Formats: sequence, structure tokens, C-alpha cells
Amino acid sequence: MEVDREDGRSQNQLRPLACSRNNLHRAHGSASWSQGDTKVLAAVYGPKAGTKKNENPEKACIEVIWKPKTGQIGKLEKEYEMILKRTLQSICILTVNPNTTTSVIIQVANDDGALLPSAINAACMALVDAGIPTRHLAVSICCCVARSGLVVLDPTKLEEQKMKAFAYLVFPNSVHSVLPEGSPSGQGEPIQNGIITSVTHGIMSVDDYFYCLERGRAASTKLSDFLRKNLQQQSTDSSKAG
Amino acid sequence: MGLPNASADLSTEVEVDAFRRLFPLRFFEKHLLESIRPDARPLGRARDTTIALGAVASANGSALAKIGSTTMLAAIKMEVRTPSMETPDEGCIAIDFHMPPICSPIFRPCRPSEAAPVVAKQLSDTILRHANLFPRLFIAAEISGMINLKELSLVSGKAAWMTYLDIYCLDADGALFDAALLAAVAAFSHLEIPVVSLNDDGKIVLSEEQGLSDREPVNKEKRKVNLGGIPFSLTCILHKNYILADPTAEEESIMETSVTMVLDSSSQLVSLYKPGGAVLAYTSAIQDCIALTRQRVKELQKVLEEAISGMEVD
Repeated sequence: MEVDREDGRSQNQLRPLACSRNNLHRAHGSASWSQGDTKVLAAVYGPKAGTKKNENPEKACIEVIWKPKTGQIGKLEKEYEMILKRTLQSICILTVNPNTTTSVIIQVANDDGALLPSAINAACMALVDAGIPTRHLAVSICCCVARSGLVVLDPTKLEEQKMKAFAYLVFPNSVHSVLPEGSPSGQGEPIQNGIITSVTHGIMSVDDYFYCLERGRAASTKLSDFLRKNLQQQSTDSSKAG
Repeated sequence: MGLPNASADLSTEVEVDAFRRLFPLRFFEKHLLESIRPDARPLGRARDTTIALGAVASANGSALAKIGSTTMLAAIKMEVRTPSMETPDEGCIAIDFHMPPICSPIFRPCRPSEAAPVVAKQLSDTILRHANLFPRLFIAAEISGMINLKELSLVSGKAAWMTYLDIYCLDADGALFDAALLAAVAAFSHLEIPVVSLNDDGKIVLSEEQGLSDREPVNKEKRKVNLGGIPFSLTCILHKNYILADPTAEEESIMETSVTMVLDSSSQLVSLYKPGGAVLAYTSAIQDCIALTRQRVKELQKVLEEAISGMEVD
């Protein structure tokens, strides 16, 4: 049973992805990520000396500032800041630069669905651009559950509002291992099957959620390949002027 | 910190309390190896939960929920106002979550806590369940699983109920969202919509007694709100291969990866919230968490039913 999507995509098709790094010259790292019409800019400043009052000084601290496109900062922005901060804390190696703060600033340029996943992807690319040491990258995808039970990937804003429920999922990126034994695994599953972050909205059945996880994992492999190609390309043909 | 020789030497000399403060993670891991926690709970068991309905006498509906030491007080007040133009036959619910300094030594009045707006938003998403993400304070939702907003309408286009739900945290000892949701749900099940009538100016007023016969009441009697699928939640902490249900504040601060699952009474997943964290959640861990949550939903349903039937006896 097919779902009719307004832009003619199939249920597993992502919108066209575009990513560019080193857009901003003052920031230590920056990236712009767009999925279809959703566009997010991320900038990274750091590491700077000192941590905030309640933070552990034996580890590096990450601070996230989320700037919406219009309107005042409210609970939604605070929640996104908290989710982004905890996601980035789990991928960065925090013990390399203790007692420092790295600031990640997210500016929403346009919101057309799947905003939080785009922001997470942009923030990861900006961290790579700034050279902050990370364990692996985080790859983020939005899955929607339609009323018929079908799972649709990467919805637009209109689709998000019409669907029964949607979930933002963040996975570690897929690993290309040099060793023949394959990728490091935890609990018998490859590392890219684990979820770093999951935020759901709306009611869905438990089986729908597991189905979303499967589709999300398959899409995250595609996204990881896109990231890898993008990073390799930019590193070979870039001539960074200081 | 962390040289195994140093802690092995110290652990024979140092008292239990000092060891707990100096090496908190090792202290907990020693317990986890024996499948138990410092407060003698097995890993999958939640703390004792109690609900007291009608804690605030002046409110239309209220409840005090305690999970272990975590205490939440929820109160609902209702007011009549004109509904918005887009939804003329629906009422509104405004949810606010406060963490006053009484609840924890970390929070001071000048420095707003980071946890409060996040829990407030999670609560409004769970109770109202709408896909529209705008954080307006008065949220009108089309799809609401627990409460049908059309029930809150009095006269279509002219008058509807505006419901203010305030939740105060009195003691923060871990699992804040679980306790807040339980208090909110209990307050809604205790809520009685007051009787109102139309006076001569065409305004809605509260009917004082039943003896006022010259005014026809708009709604016949104090009635309860019909609740659809009631959501119940459980927060679990993931640490290596262990899953700990219902963490205390100490456990949450040491092992930071937490997953909150909200299931409603028909076992539909309302929310699965895992905001980052060092430990990755694999499918098997999620399935175990969901099984623990299902068990917890049954326990909480029983506690809520006992509290409601206790009130009705009075």
C-alpha cells in the first residue's frame, strides 16, 4: 500500500541533502545543512577556558544556544538545547580537554519539517569542521507513522502535522572497518544499531516504533555515506586560508 | 581518581559513607554486581507510590503524588472564557510546571533550572498530544488522547472552560517526569467541573446553591471529565548492561543515560524519550524497558483506582 506524498517521493526517500562547511570565518567551525527546504546553520566556538558553575570541571562542557527563525525563545527552544547538548556530550570525547567549554550555536534559517534532526546533523558537521575530538558522528533522521501504519521518512512540516505520530532518531554513523572481523559491537549488535537519542510525538503502537527504528537505521546508513563523501571531498579540494 | 590500587587500599580503610561520596560509580557498581541497589531495591522495581486526591481544597481538582521521596502537587482551576475563533467549540488547557527552591538545594530563585521548562513541555506534549510544536501557553489541540477538548465547551462560540493545571515540585529526588505526570493524571481524575448558569446580562456565572431556580443552569450538575487513554510513565537508567527502573536523584547524577517511556492504558506508546547519553540503546534494551513499563502501568492503575475509590467512600 503506497502513501501519496505531495512532492512525489516514495515512503523511504529522503529529501535532497546539501551540506557545506566553513561558511563563517569568525567561528572556529561552522556548517550549514539543508534537507529539502529545512535549512539550519551551526557554529562552534571552542574549546574556551573554564566551565559553568554546576558542570564537572574534570570533563569538557558543551553549551548549546538555539536561535529560532522568528519569535522569542521559549520552552521548545530550551528543550531542543537540552536534547542537543546531551546528544553531543555522548559523541564528543570529553576527557581530552578538561575544564573547557565548547559553544554550539544553532540558527534556524528555515523550518520545513525534521528540524531537530537537521540541527543535529549540522552540529556534528560543525564539530568536525572545528576539529573537536569525537568518538563517532551522530546521524539523525525523522520517521513518521501514518494512520495506516506505514512509516514515512523525512516528512515536510505539513506531513508532520497530518501524521499520527513521528519520531526523531539519532544513531551513531556506520563504521567502515579496516579489520576483517568487522565493526565493534555491543551486545552482539553492530554499534550503528544503537540509539543515541529518540524523541517521539503522538501515539503509536510499540510495533510501529520498532518498525520506525528499522527504517531509521537503513536511512542512517545512507546518511552516513553522504557525510563520508562530503567530508572526503571537502578535505581533498579545500585550501583553507588560515 | 580512579587508580584501582588506590581505591582498593582505601576501600578497606574508608567508611561506607565516605566511599559513597568519593567513588560513587564504584559504590553503585558493587551493588549492581549483586543485582541490587543501595536502597535494597531489585533493579526493576520502582519505589513506593502513593496518591492523595483533593490535597488543595480551593482548587477544582487536585492531587499529591509521591514516588519514593519525589513529591509533586498538582492543582486545577477552571475559568470561563470565550473560545478562540479557530476552535469555537473547544476549551483550553494550560500546563505549567514549577520547581521552587524548596525541592532541591541545586535550585535558587535567581537561577531558573534547566529541568523545569523541559519537563513542562514534555508534560504538555503527553497530556495534549498534538503535533503542532508552537509553545503557546494556551494550547488548543485537535487530537487529544486523554481529554477531549470539546467536552470543555459550554456554549459554542461564546463560552468555554479554560483549565489551568499547575504542578509544583515539593521534593526532587529523581524521576521528576513520572511523578509530575502521575500527579497531573490524578488531579484530572479528581476534577469536577462546577455548575454554571447564564445570568440576565448573558454572562456565565457560577451557581452558588441549587436553590436558585430562576436561572437555568447551563450544565446540570457537577460532573467529572471523561478521560480517554490515561498515560503512565517510567524512567529507566541504562548503565552498561544494566537497566535500573525509577532512579533516585543520586543515581541519575552518576549514571546519566535515562530513557523515559510513556504507555497509555491500551498499551500504545505515547512517548519514548531518550535525550542523548553515553550508553546506546539497542533493541533488546528497549524491549526490556517496555516490559518494565507495562508492569509499572498496571501497578499505577491500581494505585490510582484505590485512591479514587477511597475518595468516593467519603
